[in-house]
Amino acid sequence: MEITTTEHKRCIVVKAVGRVDSYTAPELEEVFKGLNDQGGYKLVFDMTDVDFMSSKGWWVLIETQKVCKRYNRGELVLANVLDRIRESLDLVGMSTYFQIFDDVTAAVGSF
Amino acid sequence: MQSVRVPAKYEYLAQISKFVGKAADDANLDDAAIYAVQLAVDEACSNIMEHAYLGKGQGEIICSYEILEDGLKIILSDMGKPLNPEDVPVFDLSATLEELNRGGAGIYLMHQLMDQVHYETDPQLGNKLELVKRKERQ
Repeated sequence: MEITTTEHKRCIVVKAVGRVDSYTAPELEEVFKGLNDQGGYKLVFDMTDVDFMSSKGWWVLIETQKVCKRYNRGELVLANVLDRIRESLDLVGMSTYFQIFDDVTAAVGSF
Repeated sequence: MQSVRVPAKYEYLAQISKFVGKAADDANLDDAAIYAVQLAVDEACSNIMEHAYLGKGQGEIICSYEILEDGLKIILSDMGKPLNPEDVPVFDLSATLEELNRGGAGIYLMHQLMDQVHYETDPQLGNKLELVKRKERQ
């Protein structure tokens, strides 16, 4: 899976392309953990090109959110989530744990 | 009935997803239902790989489908450790972020996404999971 990170003034944007499933989720986890380890807690996950996401992927985001929000030091927000992915997120009630923005610019601007 | 047999390794999840996606399309399910089938099957196969085959990457999964008059039936077969429903934690939808625990989420999601989920196990024939998705009534 292709994952890129871009540093902005007040946050870091992580962009993934393709499927996030049990096979690829560990790659995503590694990227988020690496950013947290370097003190990056204000994060945007750009999901424009994520076309599939299983619960394994959601757990990576949930665990990252727990780390980011601890001590009020930051937050992980999501941008441009496909409707079908968002619907599955709603089914397990996980959408309540994230702010979801329609585009990356708005997500970056939220910090 | 068409089927595909793959090693129980995570790298084959995309192949299974493609296979059931085409099946759902052939069954004339709409886009939302196609995604629901792909997601439910992915959750089921991940559970088989992780729990039935204990994440060792050994064993196989056979994925078959049958197009029904009103939808699609997917059958997943494996020879791994049988599932004991009592071992599956109940997924808690009301948990706070810090309390949120991953146990049971895949099975919960599967039941939410599909119209019918049926599991049976047999010492000789192994485990069989049937998932049915019905077309939305027009």
